[in-house]
Amino acid sequence: VPWLSWCLASWLLRPQSNCIKTSKYNIVTFLPVNLFEQFQEVANTYFLFLLILQLIPQISSLSWFTTIVPLVLVLTITAVKDATDDYFRHKSDNQVNNRQSQVLISGALRQEQWMNVRVGDIIKLENNQFVAADLLLLSSSEPHGLCYIETAELDGETNMKVRQAIPVTSELGDTSKLALFDGEVICEPPNNKLDKFGGTLYWKENKYPLSNQNMLLRGCVLRNTEWCFGLVIFRPDQIQADEHRPIFGFLVCMGVILAIGNAIWEHEVGVCFQIYLPWDEGVHSAFFSGFLSFWSYIIILNTVVPISLYVSVEVIRLGHSYFINWDKKMYCAKRRTPAEARTTTLNEELGQVEYIFSDKTGTLTQNIMVFSKCSVNGHSYGDVQDVLGHKAELGERPEPVDFSFNPLADPRFQFWDPSLLEAVKLGDPHVHEFFRLLSLCHTVMSEEKSEGELFYKAQSPDEGALVTAARNFGFVFRSRTPKTITVHELGRAITYQLLAILDFNNIRKRMSVIGEVLGARLGPGIRLYCKGADTILLERLHPTNQDLTNVTTDHLNEYAGEGLRTLVLAYKDLEESYYEDWSERLHRASGAPEAREDRLARLYDEVEHDMMLLGATAIEDKLQQGVPETIAILTLANIKIWVLTGDKQETAVNIGYSCKMLTDDMTEVFVITGHTVLEVREELRKAREKMMDASRSMGNGFSYQEKLSSTKLTSVLEAIAGEYALVINGHSLAHALEADMEVEFLETACACKAVICCRVTPLQKAQVVELVKKYKKAVTLAIGDGANDVSMIKTAHIGVGISGQEGIQAVLASDYSFSQFKFLQRLLLVHGRWSYLRMCKFLCYFFYKNFAFTMVHFWFGFFCGFSAQTVYDQYFITLYNIVYTSLPVLAMGVFDQDVPEQRSMEYPKLYEPGQLNLLFNKREFFICIAQGIYTSVLMFFIPYGVFADATRDDGAQLADYQSFAVTVATSLVIVVSVQIGLDTGFWTAINHFFIWGSLAAYFAILFAMHSDGLFQMFPNQFRFVGNAQNTLAQPTVWLTIALTTVVCVMPVVAFRFLKLDLKPELSDTVRYTQLVRKKQKTQHRCMRRVGRVGSRRSGYAFSHQEGFGELIMSGKNMRLSSLALSGFAARPSASWIETLRKKKGGEGSTACSPSGAADKTLKV
Amino acid sequence: MKNKKSFAPQEAEARPSRCPDNSAFKQQRLPAWKPQLTIATVLSTFFLTGAFCLSVGICLILSANSVREIQINYSDKCSDCSKLRENSYNWNIECLCSVDFKLKEDMLGDVFMYYGLQNFYQNHRRYVISRSDAQLLGRDVNVQRSYCAPFTTYNNGTPMAPCGAIANSMFNDTIDLFYNFNSSVIQVPLLKTGNSWWTDKNVKFRNPQSHNLSSAFAGTARPPYWQKPVYLLDEEDERNNGYINDDFIIWMRVSAFATFRNLYRRISRKRHFADGLPAGNYTFHISYNFPVTKFKGKKYVILSTMVWSGGSNPFLGIAYVVCGAAATLTGFIITAIHLKLRKKKTYFQK
Repeated sequence: VPWLSWCLASWLLRPQSNCIKTSKYNIVTFLPVNLFEQFQEVANTYFLFLLILQLIPQISSLSWFTTIVPLVLVLTITAVKDATDDYFRHKSDNQVNNRQSQVLISGALRQEQWMNVRVGDIIKLENNQFVAADLLLLSSSEPHGLCYIETAELDGETNMKVRQAIPVTSELGDTSKLALFDGEVICEPPNNKLDKFGGTLYWKENKYPLSNQNMLLRGCVLRNTEWCFGLVIFRPDQIQADEHRPIFGFLVCMGVILAIGNAIWEHEVGVCFQIYLPWDEGVHSAFFSGFLSFWSYIIILNTVVPISLYVSVEVIRLGHSYFINWDKKMYCAKRRTPAEARTTTLNEELGQVEYIFSDKTGTLTQNIMVFSKCSVNGHSYGDVQDVLGHKAELGERPEPVDFSFNPLADPRFQFWDPSLLEAVKLGDPHVHEFFRLLSLCHTVMSEEKSEGELFYKAQSPDEGALVTAARNFGFVFRSRTPKTITVHELGRAITYQLLAILDFNNIRKRMSVIGEVLGARLGPGIRLYCKGADTILLERLHPTNQDLTNVTTDHLNEYAGEGLRTLVLAYKDLEESYYEDWSERLHRASGAPEAREDRLARLYDEVEHDMMLLGATAIEDKLQQGVPETIAILTLANIKIWVLTGDKQETAVNIGYSCKMLTDDMTEVFVITGHTVLEVREELRKAREKMMDASRSMGNGFSYQEKLSSTKLTSVLEAIAGEYALVINGHSLAHALEADMEVEFLETACACKAVICCRVTPLQKAQVVELVKKYKKAVTLAIGDGANDVSMIKTAHIGVGISGQEGIQAVLASDYSFSQFKFLQRLLLVHGRWSYLRMCKFLCYFFYKNFAFTMVHFWFGFFCGFSAQTVYDQYFITLYNIVYTSLPVLAMGVFDQDVPEQRSMEYPKLYEPGQLNLLFNKREFFICIAQGIYTSVLMFFIPYGVFADATRDDGAQLADYQSFAVTVATSLVIVVSVQIGLDTGFWTAINHFFIWGSLAAYFAILFAMHSDGLFQMFPNQFRFVGNAQNTLAQPTVWLTIALTTVVCVMPVVAFRFLKLDLKPELSDTVRYTQLVRKKQKTQHRCMRRVGRVGSRRSGYAFSHQEGFGELIMSGKNMRLSSLALSGFAARPSASWIETLRKKKGGEGSTACSPSGAADKTLKV
Repeated sequence: MKNKKSFAPQEAEARPSRCPDNSAFKQQRLPAWKPQLTIATVLSTFFLTGAFCLSVGICLILSANSVREIQINYSDKCSDCSKLRENSYNWNIECLCSVDFKLKEDMLGDVFMYYGLQNFYQNHRRYVISRSDAQLLGRDVNVQRSYCAPFTTYNNGTPMAPCGAIANSMFNDTIDLFYNFNSSVIQVPLLKTGNSWWTDKNVKFRNPQSHNLSSAFAGTARPPYWQKPVYLLDEEDERNNGYINDDFIIWMRVSAFATFRNLYRRISRKRHFADGLPAGNYTFHISYNFPVTKFKGKKYVILSTMVWSGGSNPFLGIAYVVCGAAATLTGFIITAIHLKLRKKKTYFQK
């Protein structure tokens, strides 16, 4: 490699290759590495430690196999799971790594697999290729080393961006020159402002500063550029880690009590008993005996938190994950992608989500702009179709309009109102003019690969939609040169002379073209066509338009109410003499050395006046299916939704309205756009004051709060009356996230019902999530589709990726993936809720059964001299958790349902117990432990009472140790089986099979273990020979078991019923009471019917960028072949590049977007 | 039409659908029984359980009351012997003791004779494991490798047979019962076999195979506390000697608690005692060997009759009655609470 790239920040971490490696093992390393990792888990080490303890004869109170059997089982199951996980990771790694790319090696281009590309290589990218590593742009096929990229994956913006190589390298156009390139790049580590890149290129003893303008970041797509060369550089990523630590305090506590008991017993009683039972060798004092007994009891009592807990939890999670994968209702037929749970450990957290952070583009919206409606000369078209696309599936729509008359029509364009086409065909001059405007007034480039096959390269999708609409209605924009536009008007080719483009910018919010029909001056002469934001344009109309304006305004309001983006179209005829004069002045102004911009703006302003209204267009930024409904339901479920988007504020707010996050019923929408720390702080303070004022004026008596410091704001702000929303800009957010303001920001934001953060960088997205995670102690979920969401998805507790689209980075980083935002409600309200419920029920029961099981040893300790004698047979202890009681509780943990799935959607409030963690908190935990201990007391003392001094019906002793063990074990198995029967609310055939099967298995194994055959083979291991048939033949034993069961279970039944009767949970109510169900249902419907009286949101092509008009007029972006045809005069060139770069540079310094000052203009 | 039909599945085969199966299992729509705690089921459960428990409890109490039992603490009564045994040097000295008692009523039916021990921790972990079941099965095993320590071998390497703390501490008093009938003393015939479980006697305990018992135990020595070797436990009955001696088997079946009773003998229902023990004066003749005072233990001799639920144990009956009463009471309480609440509910609905 002829040159070197070196990153200061990452020289230690520098990878040798660009190979993406998410897999952890290979065949050789699997066993050692996996075992090492598994023993890093505290739990596994703990059990290994227990195993070692059991090998010490003085301590061993249980045979070694009681621990090793479950431990080996656990390790095996985990290893198998890890192995399969890793196998899939290997597969997806290979897919990524085997992508081809062209690498320049010793002066020649070679096809290399992506994994073999190294930092420092020069690679060649071709049009429409994904940029798969961070590249420094060296040169490109376009003039001046320019290239176009689409960054939708990174920041959600769909417009194309210009990147330019630094001048010294832009000349290195061919491989021979590039091969000689030997520079050194030093780059900064990534900082808060990820869109800023700082670095320096050292080459030929010169220093060249590098900026973001020279970089092609991983995740972009190369567009409209034949090829470019880039240098692979490396920037480190962040790494995250998590923790897991169980607590065994209880165990130690019990152990200590019993150890003290043992020391006292040995001191008082054991000493005298030494004639029959001398102390072990090496034990010389009661104290030491107590010490040993502590460890013995630790071994016995470890079953309160058995290894099988971890396995069972894994199995249940795996089951829930499979249910997610299998869910047909989360399968998207269009994209052929089912939902996928990529991690299995988070399912129950899905039932506890309080904050959702959502990306916009690709997640909430489809990133498709659709020409949906228009108003021409006071007549509104397009009304037949329904507002929201989702209704299309209901089959109510008529056939779409047939555009077959037009051979150049775009087959993907659909329109449902035939009257508009009829108007075109009847020759309505207004309609013709309307579409003529759309076909002329834009900055779209066309490409005609073969005759009649047109491709439009629109700078913004809005514009593309408008030009496509005109195309289908017979006004086909065919081609352009710097000075002409060719349009096929209803089959007739007409070439217009393009006299001037009055370009768009954020202040003007409009663009115009001035043109005339080329050649014969038959047409209407010189005409100005203008389209722009209604607020701006309606003021610039000729007074004679008043009536039409009123009608159009009504239409605009109607469109805005449906969440459509509107533009107003107008034209103006210009006197030729006036135009010549104006054009002369324009020419002078554009050549002016100073205040060029201002002078141009004034000239533009002058000509765009007294225009005639043509009509208005309404473009639908197509939401994903079911987004407003999903958001409404999630909001009802008390989940707060924050939208974090790289988009501009206008776009984000517009989408906020169309997906019903923002409504006009809201008391106020605060917009934070401050550029300095002070401004932001002031704006936040004002917002809080307003909210508090409002609640004070509501008469809630909050006046005393003024004295509270800002840190105590939490309580105040949580009681806010009224609905508020907060919109904050990326540059303000950078300040708001600083350490001294973050709490203030968080409290303000959390008091609002909806929060929209726009123009945020990927890192800021992660920071916002981190902030909420840090202070709110709530479960957060991030959902997104692009590479720009990866950091946020990784930071949030739960990351959800939208799958089935081009980029896969978000999906790869996510925990769950599916292809539609609307599936989120099912994931959370059905799967998440059930997972949480099941896991809670499982844990409660599991702790109960193990406390009931284990604590019997504790009570027995007081009767056996605290000698760590177990109550049960060691095989019972080994098998209790893995055979006798594991499957019924697993079946409950996997299959249980409290209410049917459709009910969880109908009553989103059912989700709340999860958020408040009502089902398994400390209190519930202690209740189940208490129940377990209560059971263990009865389990020990009832048989004790019966057995002490009792005899069998044949006169022999009844109270022998083995009979006692069998009796207690049998009653325990029966009691916990009855209890699981009570806990199981959803008895499928599998539950029946497992519960009855477990009982049957218990008795089968019991009799097998106590059989003659096993004893003959291993007399020292199977000492209970003959016990089962002798003990279980006694009526007394069965009466004892029955009594124990009744006494253990009846109080539970009584408490459960009384709780149900006196204080039913919503789920109980939903389950039992038909009446409440109906009531809620009507409420629910009311919610959905909330109509919107829309406030008008209009803006010109929200994602549009200034400078393209000039670009077109200069002809720089046109291929030489097409340029050669048109004799265009040289104009003061390169100025458009200057404009573009100035724009970029200026905004870079404030670390924000090109929208700059325009952000303030939007007032909601 | 036919072509179309055949075409569709082919296409589906060519591109395997990733669409999940529409099976009830995968879609979590398995048919299921959803039990609910309703007032009817809960109340019926409580009242039925209450009735069941009460009736069982009364039956148990009635039958337990028909049991006759007499229990005599002879470690107190034979205090001289108790003292003598406290010093282990006197192990060789025989100590006889007789205890008189009077039966006021007949003990009808089968009468069982038990020895009872108090404060003897047969359930201590180290005690419980101190045995070799392989050895007791008549196998030639190396007791050094069993849990029998420290009662495995003597210093000269001779293994103990049987080994372990349980065997070593075997109860070795002999108790005989005499009936004072019209100034003549009749020894009550006692059965010393058939007292242990069939499985213990025939499966769990086996003597080593040899032409006679003493040669079978050649090369082994008796446990230190035993007065005679294992093959002399019952010289009269070959089938009650060695490891399969009933007294030994019963002792080896360790008790779950520190206070326990083991079946010692059954009254042979012959002649005078065909119906059980008639009322009158009796005497126990006890050869006192087993020291208990050292660990503050007590020894009992117990005579008892038997019913279907075993011997005299009032606990189970009382527990059932209490449980039945509680269940019934809870049933009433639940009824009361529910009725009160229902009024509230109707008010709420308005």
